[in-house]
Amino acid sequence: MDERLASALRVLPDYLGQHVLLSASALAFGVVLSLPLALIAARRPRWRWPLLTLASAAQTIPGLALPALFYPRMLSLSALVKPALGLALPALGFLPALLALTLYSMLPILRNGITGLSGIDRAVIEAANGVGMTSWQRLVRVEAPLAAPVIMAGVRTSAVWTIGAATLATPVGQTSLGNYIFSGLQTENWISVLFGSVAAAALALVVDQLLGLVEAGAARRDHKRMLAGLAALAIGTAVVVAPLTAGKPATYVIGSKNFSEQFILSELISQRLQALGAGVERKDGLGSAVIFRALASGELDAYVDYSGTLWANVMGRHDTPSRELMLSELTRWMREQYGVTVLGSLGFENAYVLAMRRERAAALGVVSIPGLAPHTPQLTLGSDLEFLSRPEWAALKQAYGLAFRAERAFNPTFMYRAVQSGEVDVISAFSSDGRIAALDLAVLRDEKQAVPSYDAVVLLSPARAADPVLRRALEPLIGAIPVERMREANLTVDRDQDKASPAQAARFLAEALRLDQP
Amino acid sequence: MTSAPLIELHRVSKSFDGGRGFAVNDLSLTINRGSLIALVGASGSGKTTTCKFINRLIDPDAGEVRIDQRTVASIPPAELRRGIGYVFQGIGLFPHMRVGENIGITPQLLGWPRADIEARTAELLDLVGLPQTYASRFPDALSGGERQRVGVARALAARPRIVLMDEPFGALDPLTRDGLGSAYRDLHDRLGLTTVMVTHDVQEAVLLADRIVVLKAGRIIADGTPSTLMRGHPNSDVRAMMSMPARQAARVQQIIDGLANG
Repeated sequence: MDERLASALRVLPDYLGQHVLLSASALAFGVVLSLPLALIAARRPRWRWPLLTLASAAQTIPGLALPALFYPRMLSLSALVKPALGLALPALGFLPALLALTLYSMLPILRNGITGLSGIDRAVIEAANGVGMTSWQRLVRVEAPLAAPVIMAGVRTSAVWTIGAATLATPVGQTSLGNYIFSGLQTENWISVLFGSVAAAALALVVDQLLGLVEAGAARRDHKRMLAGLAALAIGTAVVVAPLTAGKPATYVIGSKNFSEQFILSELISQRLQALGAGVERKDGLGSAVIFRALASGELDAYVDYSGTLWANVMGRHDTPSRELMLSELTRWMREQYGVTVLGSLGFENAYVLAMRRERAAALGVVSIPGLAPHTPQLTLGSDLEFLSRPEWAALKQAYGLAFRAERAFNPTFMYRAVQSGEVDVISAFSSDGRIAALDLAVLRDEKQAVPSYDAVVLLSPARAADPVLRRALEPLIGAIPVERMREANLTVDRDQDKASPAQAARFLAEALRLDQP
Repeated sequence: MTSAPLIELHRVSKSFDGGRGFAVNDLSLTINRGSLIALVGASGSGKTTTCKFINRLIDPDAGEVRIDQRTVASIPPAELRRGIGYVFQGIGLFPHMRVGENIGITPQLLGWPRADIEARTAELLDLVGLPQTYASRFPDALSGGERQRVGVARALAARPRIVLMDEPFGALDPLTRDGLGSAYRDLHDRLGLTTVMVTHDVQEAVLLADRIVVLKAGRIIADGTPSTLMRGHPNSDVRAMMSMPARQAARVQQIIDGLANG
């Protein structure tokens, strides 16, 4: 079997179980919240518009943004609750994903609930009152059974949406079938992307069919059919979720952002911790804004970030000191402000650089950014999704007077494709990216040092600052990885042919560096 | 038959538009035990509202309704309604319940033992002239007339003393309506019921009721036995309304005579 397919299958029980647990919980909460609201709206028409509008508004927020929007809310809530309850709410992972998905699931249930409950024949309602039912008896014996088929149709729609949207929980640190899709997109592992998509679609299809059985049972007043559908759903959920409760000793939580180098480095860290007999839980593919706060609040124990990113985004500094000065200032500031330990630089930078195809650069006679500046009105810039809104881009534009004809943002994978095909002329590449060498790109010199340095640094959470196991696993990595080695490792994952998984690349890197087993 | 008052409406009023107009306006009415009284009048005359005061489907803004000298405002609506049969034009059979369950609903709400409910359901199917096999059917498998028979059976299930009927036979074809009307009159007499029937059909009122109350704009404009009212009345509206059955009967008689002579 294909190695990529085999490795996808290995993690399927975990991903599927987490995905089912998350979507089933969100759907259950969605039903429990929506039905009373639907009842209120059905009884009091003036509530109908505001409730439906709110639910629709939640629905219009792009699915990808919804969980991410909940992350800062959860952090502040956690800070509020901590002194009162003495425990911290996890702002990362299950809870924000659950809240976001619950909100997402409500609209179809609410809408169909209102339609179902307010669409009942007036004569039947009058009869229910006339025979002496209390308002509760009327709800339970008459309104609920008559509205059930319409409500079930809403639950069914909601289930399909929720299962699809649950793939978007990955960036807030909740494992789901989305892990296949997000990591696959970053590493150009299309088998992984396809596997994740097909698994999520198949799950949605199965659940839809079973809920369809319940719906048909409710419509035909066929209790056997309803029970069969519900039993199959309950058993299926239990079977898929049960292995999760087996529990593994997750002593250390290691994070990564969503690109190949990060996946490889978090693999490397995990492999070294496991070699010491420690349990490791991975939170891969976290958003840039989420990951540092997760470490500072203790939800992650360690991850690799970049000095320039922290300098601008966390410290809010706009000056660009030398590499050494930045590192020492960052180390001091992190300890004072957050109690976060900067263990040190891994030895290479992953800086934003401007790069172009070598023959194109030669044709224009460009070797540095000042040389590029006069040509920019005729050139198109391709960037990753965040570069154009980052301070580094503003600094570069200002320092050199860059004014491109057009600026286009891509997923990193597609950005390299675009420069290769000539669709764009200049890209915002990463200095440690293996594709710079592989595609024979020329890196343009930043002569004025407008962009700060981006040393890859290992960060430890406040609680783990002095952890002996973590230090024993990670200290040998400090200063040990030259940029050429990192590029090679990155390329094995990013290239089109003969791709390696991040785990394989991490083992390759460890061997190439002749790192001792910790 | 006794003539003690069972239901009393004392100076009741109801406005649905905050007091500008009155659906029922300072109306008083006493209904004796065992009578079948018809409330007649045009649309908007207040007859349905008056009827619904009795089982609190509508509460009056002013005035008081008493049953057996007890004010109904002090009785929780659900409890009150379980003791009063209610039949209306929409019928409102519960579509998700079988005929048997529909008939047995009020006894069930009252907590009767299962066996008693089943026996009572069988008895009622006989009473309204439906076969026992209908108990396990769903309402949508029945004709309009059969459904209204089930509606009557459901109203009688918990052995009420009072039955309220709001245009009960209005949606039925004339033949079914005639049959069901006289069948109900028989039941009323046999079971010793007190019935308040709302209808806009004067002929039906004349044929079935002991007493006719004519309403206009929320007030009573005439009150008497069918024969008294048909003999003549000072109010022209009442005269016009009450002479109609006699005029129709005369026309029919002419046609019959013509047939015999021709």
